[in-house]
Amino acid sequence: MKYGYFPGCSLERNAAAYHISSMAVAKPLGMDFVEVEDWNCCGATEYVSLNLIASYALIARNLAQAAKDSTIAQLVAPCSACYLNLRKCDSYMAKSPALAEKVNTALAAGGLAYKAGTLRVRHLLDVMVNDIGCEAIAAKVTKPLKGLRVVPYYGCMIVRPGYSGQASFDNVEQPDTLDKLLAALGAEVVPFSLKAACCGGHMTQISEATGFELIRRLVKSATDGRADLIATLCPMCQLNLDAFQGPMNRFCKTDYHMPVLYFTQLVGLALGIDAKSLGIGSELVDARPALAKIGVEAPPEPEGAPKKPKRDDKSLPMPRMSAV
Amino acid sequence: MSTTTTPGPGATLFDRVVAATPGDCRLGMCIQCGTCGGSCPSGPDMDHTPRALFALINAGMRDEVLRSNTPWYCVSCYYCTVRCPQEVHITDVMYTLKRIAVQENGFDDSKAPDFSKTFIYWVENHGRAFELGLMGVHMLRHNPFGAFKIAGMGTGMLSRHRMAFKPTRIKQLNGLKAILAKAKELEASA
Repeated sequence: MKYGYFPGCSLERNAAAYHISSMAVAKPLGMDFVEVEDWNCCGATEYVSLNLIASYALIARNLAQAAKDSTIAQLVAPCSACYLNLRKCDSYMAKSPALAEKVNTALAAGGLAYKAGTLRVRHLLDVMVNDIGCEAIAAKVTKPLKGLRVVPYYGCMIVRPGYSGQASFDNVEQPDTLDKLLAALGAEVVPFSLKAACCGGHMTQISEATGFELIRRLVKSATDGRADLIATLCPMCQLNLDAFQGPMNRFCKTDYHMPVLYFTQLVGLALGIDAKSLGIGSELVDARPALAKIGVEAPPEPEGAPKKPKRDDKSLPMPRMSAV
Repeated sequence: MSTTTTPGPGATLFDRVVAATPGDCRLGMCIQCGTCGGSCPSGPDMDHTPRALFALINAGMRDEVLRSNTPWYCVSCYYCTVRCPQEVHITDVMYTLKRIAVQENGFDDSKAPDFSKTFIYWVENHGRAFELGLMGVHMLRHNPFGAFKIAGMGTGMLSRHRMAFKPTRIKQLNGLKAILAKAKELEASA
């Protein structure tokens, strides 16, 4: 089936592994993704904190760009924040004609227009579980994740909000679509009461005590559940739980090592795709010991940052440009 | 935005919040039950729980509301919103309170507002977010020693090619700038 695809800024770089693995599993699962042309940032949670109409116009530009292709009725976002913003913008433009009018007046300045309801915004997990289906995916599994204990972590923005008339595709507090998908891959799904709890978003940059505590309780809970790894579906969650796990350990005086992979990477492994083609190895908390349990050999850890060129001892110590 | 008319200069804070929140935010329906604060992951670090903040808004205690760190500690997880028995759009109200606090310089800790400003600087001028620029500028301004603490993480991100040195620029940047300029003009006249 054909879908519009909105990667979002994170998937360009820090979550490139999410993008690569989504593309790698799309073909075998029969999902035809057409990337939105010249898309822009959705504004995350930042733009709307400062400007209302501009933040909606920023999001709506993406909807307008995607709707240019009349063969596309559904827009898929792998990032939970992008998914929420795109969906919310479409929904509020439908509910508030005054807002829709202002947004369209702004869009017209860039030669664009968007009619609310033109596109149905979906999250990648929703598409995989509800359009492709767990049975169909299970039938394609060649390397089941047997014996791998995985925490299904949803985070907040994929399932919330569920305003009346704008229902979430899964339960807002105890979702289970990812549980079902992981079980279909042959993994052992670890019961996780914090599955829809927030990872803290940008809080590490605003208040360390608040941000790190939200990360700590998730990592601790997964460790207590004897999980081998956490499966995530949002680049912000992955960044917080994986990249900030080290700084969190230092701040909270703990020593957790809980690998965090994207669910698409696990789908890919179960479909028999090699680890490197799924972007495995780009996580900061080493996932190799966990993956060795299912016989997956992941690429070696990259060496540290590019080293400074050695100084020529005969010369005087002068400041020099790094070779990077 | 909402069905109410734009409030005039003498409008109460309550009216302003309702008018500046898209859709019907149902703020007036709050029954002070406290489900929001009890559900909030950052509630313990807030000056006021959302419930208490809404009571302050109702009481017209404008300065206390705008000075509160509560909206800035909201992590936008929407737990309160889906649990509120009165279906008040609490997260949206928090965004509105942030906007009003910035417009009126009501909040005296610039760390959180600056983070948003730095984030959107890259978006407005390139069309996409730029993590290295955001982290760099924000840390220099608000947490210069913090950079040492996360140096290991930084090198890890760079060596795994998870952080770009340059922001990506979209092709139709001028179109985007025109859209945002028009939007801000509409916002100012509202």
